Order: sequence, then structure tokens, then C-alpha cells
Amino acid sequence: MVMIKMEHLKRHFKKLEVLRDVNLEIEQGETMVIIGRSGQGKSVILKHIMGLLMPDGGRVIVDGQEISSPRQVNLYEIRKKLGMLFQGAALFDSMPVGENLAFALREHRHLPESEIKKIVAEKLEMVGLRGIENKMPSELSGGMKKRVGLARVIAMNPEVILYDEPTTGLDPITADTINDLIIDMKQKLNVTSIVVTHDMVSAYKVCDRIAMLHEGVIIFKGTANELKASRDARVQQFIRGQRKLMYEGTFATDEERVQYTQKFNITDFAEQ
Amino acid sequence: MSELITRPFISVGKLFFSAVDLFVGAFARAGTLYALMGRIGSRAPTIVKTMVFTKEQMMSLGVASLPLVLVTSCFTGGVAVSQAAYMFSNIVPMTYLGTAVCKATVMELAPVLTALVMAGRMGASIAAELGSMKTNEQIEAMECLALDPIRYLIIPRVVAGMVMLLALTVFADLIAILGGWFVAVFFIDVSSFTFTNGLRLFFEPKDVFAGLLKSSVFGGIITLMGCYHGLTAEGGAEGVGKATMTAVVSSAVLILIFDFIVAALIF
Repeated sequence: MVMIKMEHLKRHFKKLEVLRDVNLEIEQGETMVIIGRSGQGKSVILKHIMGLLMPDGGRVIVDGQEISSPRQVNLYEIRKKLGMLFQGAALFDSMPVGENLAFALREHRHLPESEIKKIVAEKLEMVGLRGIENKMPSELSGGMKKRVGLARVIAMNPEVILYDEPTTGLDPITADTINDLIIDMKQKLNVTSIVVTHDMVSAYKVCDRIAMLHEGVIIFKGTANELKASRDARVQQFIRGQRKLMYEGTFATDEERVQYTQKFNITDFAEQ
Repeated sequence: MSELITRPFISVGKLFFSAVDLFVGAFARAGTLYALMGRIGSRAPTIVKTMVFTKEQMMSLGVASLPLVLVTSCFTGGVAVSQAAYMFSNIVPMTYLGTAVCKATVMELAPVLTALVMAGRMGASIAAELGSMKTNEQIEAMECLALDPIRYLIIPRVVAGMVMLLALTVFADLIAILGGWFVAVFFIDVSSFTFTNGLRLFFEPKDVFAGLLKSSVFGGIITLMGCYHGLTAEGGAEGVGKATMTAVVSSAVLILIFDFIVAALIF
């Protein structure tokens, strides 16, 4: 079942056309990693899925409901199905950690205070941070902030979790802890995940499928192995981290091109 | 050669388009502000459910500002009396000193000066707090948790600002008159009886209510400007600084404009 669907998504900021024609479907329960160079509009895609930005054209459908419509009256109801972990965790810095988790719970669930405290402790334990309810966000390290951010997201039991650059700015070991948590969330909570990153180690580890965004268009969709085998020069340049286009694969015949395209579900090629 | 001919046209064209850009930008900003006011209006009934946040804001924006207001209004009253006494000397009887100071204080000085002082404290604090929340993605994080920032951040601040500025103006009225009395009795040799008698002379409750109505409008302006500039802040520390400055300046200008409008409507 398709959980999130983007159809011909277009968006510009001032004179810059960030998304030109994004088409992507994410199945329920899968982890889709969106890769691409900085400034290509990966986070903009997440903000469209959340309904934080409205597209210039096209639409975003979440669990059968169009979130991208300005006339959507159930916006907050749809958002309750989604959770987003921000790049900088975006914890409310005027509240202690426990309150950060309890705030939305208190407003949406109307549970007794003892039950809220129990859920907060349970979710913090899930991310490996037991007993830090009374700490302020300013007292936490970058990795801890991201884990608290994730605990805040899962406290609401979302069906979809969006991760915006979850490992950026973290040391490799902490980054790996976050990767393990993303996999854990999928296995334990059976959530659909969309991870935006340019960290290829993280992308290969957590993904079911990978999509690559380049100049406002998804130029690749497929598994990690298909990505590695892609003969698109732009894909190879990105995953190898090369400054210049070093790999420019060519096909001997048209037949070979068709065969390759079908095998790896490659949507677009660099000019041959 | 051809470049020499076309260059002035290009410069004029660029100038024209930047003027158009400025004009359109001003309309767009006004549109955003009206949209914010509309959203505040449509969600105003939810104030009952977020009273906790409103009380918090009343404490931090209003009660904590009381010492500042008391000091400024005390000296305002004192200065008003000494200036009035200087102008009255040998022309107007000192019986009218209390009358003039009372009228000037409750109708104009206390509401406007309190509002201007509070624009610096309340407006700057709201714009800086919301601006830093905006640039750190905390406002978007609230939206993602299906929590409406208008309901939890804006309405409590606007309501607290309107109520607390009115309350602070009541204190400012009293303290300014007390300050005036002190200066009149101890520095200008006007008897306490003459001054208090003058206070009662021509006293109209309508004047006090007009002053308090003004202060409530000013409270709305200060908090609205703080919220609007905070929510539209962009670009990190520099953006927050700019939002704070713009919030204070626009509040101060609007306070003086609305001072005239409200006065014209009432009197």
C-alpha cells in the first residue's frame, strides 16, 4: 500500500526553481532514503510532506489524503500521523526534556499526568536516555538532542517518521547509534520512514530503497545495489564523492541501454 | 559605443523594477500581517483552553515589568509638574497645577510613555524569543507535532499584552500623580491641599477610561508587532536582531499613530 505519494511536485523560492517535477511513491513500512547534493531541495520535499510548505504545482498525498491543498481542513489530523526529526532536533529550549515530550501528549491525548510521565520515561528509554527528564536541552550534546527529538516524535505514535539529515554534524559512532535507532524504530514500531541525507554510509545502512534528487528531479529510484550499479554519471559522481564527472558510462547498443534501464529501474541517464 | 547608449536605460529599468519590488513587498508584508490578525481572530475562542500559557505570559511580560514602569512613571509625573509649574508661573494660579498634571497624565503621558517603554521591553522580548524559535525550527517542530503556534504562542502573548499594559497603566497613572504631588509639595512649594484640590477639579472618569482604552490598544499593537516580526525572522542571529529592532521601531511609530486615532475617535 502506498503511504506517501508525490505527483509532479514543483516549488520555487524567489527566482530559484528548487523542485521541478518530483514524482515519488513510498510504500507503507519501507524506509526510503532521499539523497542529493546540498541545496537540491531534499528538506523542501520533507516540508511538503508535512504540509509546512505548499507546492507551486503537483500534489502530495499522505495515506490517501491530499496534504498539499490549501483547502485541507484536516491538516492537523493528517499531521498526527506524521512525525519529523529536524536536523538540529528543534527541541523547545525553554522546557526541560520531559516537558518537550509531554507537551504534545498533554494537548492531544488528555491522559492522566501519571500516564504521561510513564510514556515519557518509556520513550526516553527506547532511545537510550533514561532519567534525563529534568535536563534542559542546552545541557545535552548534539547526539543526545537528536535522540530526544526522536523520542518526542515517537511519543506521538506516528505512522510515518521523516528524518532530516539525522547524522549530519555527529561523530561516526554517534551517527551509527542514530542509524541503529532508525532501523529499530522501523522494526519495533513498523513505521514508514523517509530519511533525507547525503551521508552515504547512513543511507546504505538504513535504506530499503534510495531516491536521488538532482536539479529538482528524481533521477534515480532503486535499492542500494541498484544505486551502486547505476551507470548514470551524476549518480556515480555523488556516491563516490567526486568533484568532477569521472564516470561517464556509455552503452554499446540501444538494446543494452533498454536492458539496463529495465533491470535497475533507472529513470534518466546522463547524456551519452 | 552601443553599451554607452543602453547603459542609462538599463539603470533606469533596474531602478524601476526595484521600486516595483519594494511596492509589491510592502503589500505582501501587509497581507501577511492581516493574515496573522485573521488567524488570531479565528482562533481567539481557544484562549480558554490555553489560559495556563496566558498566565505565564502575564507574569513574564507584565508583572516583571512593574518596577520599570513605576520608576519611569514616578519621574514622568515629577517632570510634568515641574514643567507645568514653570509655564504657570505668574500667569495661571497654582490651583490648576494638579488639574493639568492629572489630565495630562491619565489621558496622554501614562498610557503613551508606558507603552513606549513596554515596546522596548515587551516587543523586543517577544520578537527575539519567537525569532530565535523560528530560526531554530522550533515553530515548525510545533506544527509537526500538530500544535498550532497561533494558539500556543501568539494568542497568549497578545491577550497578556493587552491586559497587562492596561493594568500597568493604572499603576503608572497613580505613581505619576504621586510623583507629581511629591515634586509639587517638596520642590515647588505648592501645598498638598492645593494640589489635591486641583486634581479633583474638572476630573472626568471618561478621561481615565480613554487612557486605559488607549493602553489596551497599544498592548495589542506591541505584542502583534513582536509576534509578526518574530515569526517572519529569517537568517539566524542577524535576522533575529533585525526582527527585534523592527518590532520595537514599528511598535513605537504605530503607538503614536494610534494615539491620535483613538483620541480623535473618543474626544
